Amino acid sequence: MTSIGKFIYALGQYDFLQSALITAIMVGVMSGIIGSFIILRGMSMMGDAISHAVLPGVAVAYMLGINVLIGASLFGILAAGLIGFVVSHSKIKTDTSIGIVFSAFYALGFILISLAESSTNLHHILFGNILAVSDTDIMTTTVVLGLVILFVVFFYKELLITSFDATYAQTYGLKVQVLHYALMLVLTLVTVSALQTVGIILVVAMLITPAATAFLWTDKLSMMLILSATIGAIASVVGLYFSYTLNWASGPAIVLVAAIFFGISFILSPKQALLPSLWKRPKAKQQVPA
Amino acid sequence: MLQVQNLTVAYGDTPVLQDVAVTFNDGSITGIIGPNGAGKSTMIKGMLGLIKTQSGQVQLNGHDLKQFQKQIAYVEQRKALDLSFPISVFDVVMTGTYGKLGLFRQPGKAARQASLDALEQVNLSEFADRQIGQLSGGQLQRVFVARAIVQAAELIILDEPFVGIDLQSETAIMAILKQWRDQGKTIIVVHHDLNKVSHYFDDLVILNHGIVAAGPVDQVYTPENIARTFSADLSQVLFSQVGGANHD
Repeated sequence: MTSIGKFIYALGQYDFLQSALITAIMVGVMSGIIGSFIILRGMSMMGDAISHAVLPGVAVAYMLGINVLIGASLFGILAAGLIGFVVSHSKIKTDTSIGIVFSAFYALGFILISLAESSTNLHHILFGNILAVSDTDIMTTTVVLGLVILFVVFFYKELLITSFDATYAQTYGLKVQVLHYALMLVLTLVTVSALQTVGIILVVAMLITPAATAFLWTDKLSMMLILSATIGAIASVVGLYFSYTLNWASGPAIVLVAAIFFGISFILSPKQALLPSLWKRPKAKQQVPA
Repeated sequence: MLQVQNLTVAYGDTPVLQDVAVTFNDGSITGIIGPNGAGKSTMIKGMLGLIKTQSGQVQLNGHDLKQFQKQIAYVEQRKALDLSFPISVFDVVMTGTYGKLGLFRQPGKAARQASLDALEQVNLSEFADRQIGQLSGGQLQRVFVARAIVQAAELIILDEPFVGIDLQSETAIMAILKQWRDQGKTIIVVHHDLNKVSHYFDDLVILNHGIVAAGPVDQVYTPENIARTFSADLSQVLFSQVGGANHD
């Protein structure tokens, strides 16, 4: 039997693998959607920061026995607020502020985790352990996916205009800051869900890589969201297959598959990518007529 | 009528605008000119509440401008935007309907029709489906004017709309501004090019960290004011022809 056949057979046999597959797809979809907004807003660094900054929240949740989502959301929003506070109350630039805050949170989380739990758990939090997804985890992930979809459907035009032209949105009275923090909150929820599949360190890859891949193929935001979600889901499933078959850590497997998708798109996509630009005959600098 | 009083803006310890008081009339196109760094854009952003101000009141027809945010169309300087954003010309114009729609409502048929009509007015119908990065500077500026048309705002503010654009676009935009004026709207244009000042504007504000002069263009656009605000040389060049301020 081929390894793919074996994988499909095992899917029919083992509950844990079914749970893994469902979670992988859901996490791929939600991170693809939110990630699209993250890259369009030029907030890739922020995505990285928030995903690391939830670590102390995860630790505290373990210690107190409360839902991980609650602990993580608190620290994710706290980090986003602190980053904004440092920028608006000093001459420190945003990327510097992000660097300081997220590394501090991450360090704190590291220490708290080692106080609270054994090192095996830390390894799973850092790199993901999709083959050990519990029923509660699936429930939580489903709720988060639902929230993400509702958020994007209800606030689609607000997300579009604040990503594209925030000043304009501000002039007509939209609460741009409120939307920013709402997005940060949703981002922390996605991060916590993605902890199970790819782990804290690689969450940023799930946010950025499928979204950037989708960006190379379309000029329409709604299409970018759909493509990005699809690519995220497919990368997750293929990554899960490699993880199961070759006994690789699930996080790195999924992320590498996503990166390969990006690489292929970078070479082939019609938009600003490698091959099409090589095909085109070198012209004098293009003048756009009036 | 838009009334600005006591507007003071500082960046850190550096005062940019000191105690500005000025009035913009309905049914009038008002130009704002002044040297680089005079605080023209800062004044606009301060008026609109986009930046922190130390003091200042802005009133539209006697009421705080904040109550009329949906009546403001602001066309920013173009450089601020991400032109690779996955959005079409048509969809940019459609965002003009967002303000009045409010939360949880999606633009419908009327909004789509208004957007198509606005594109028609700025002669960009054939570009509706293009990604915005594929337009020239002048076309792009016309897209933002089309968005302002869709907004159906009473107060329209444009920051340096004619910088680096072709003559055709400039003429098309100017025609729209004159239509708006004839409908009684208040139009404010930050302008860098002293040529054409007397052709384009009904009223003029000369700004240099404070108001140097303000009023009807033929009273404000004088060799003395230009010499005082810019330089004597420039004033001489601009006003050397017979016919004075009507130099083009």
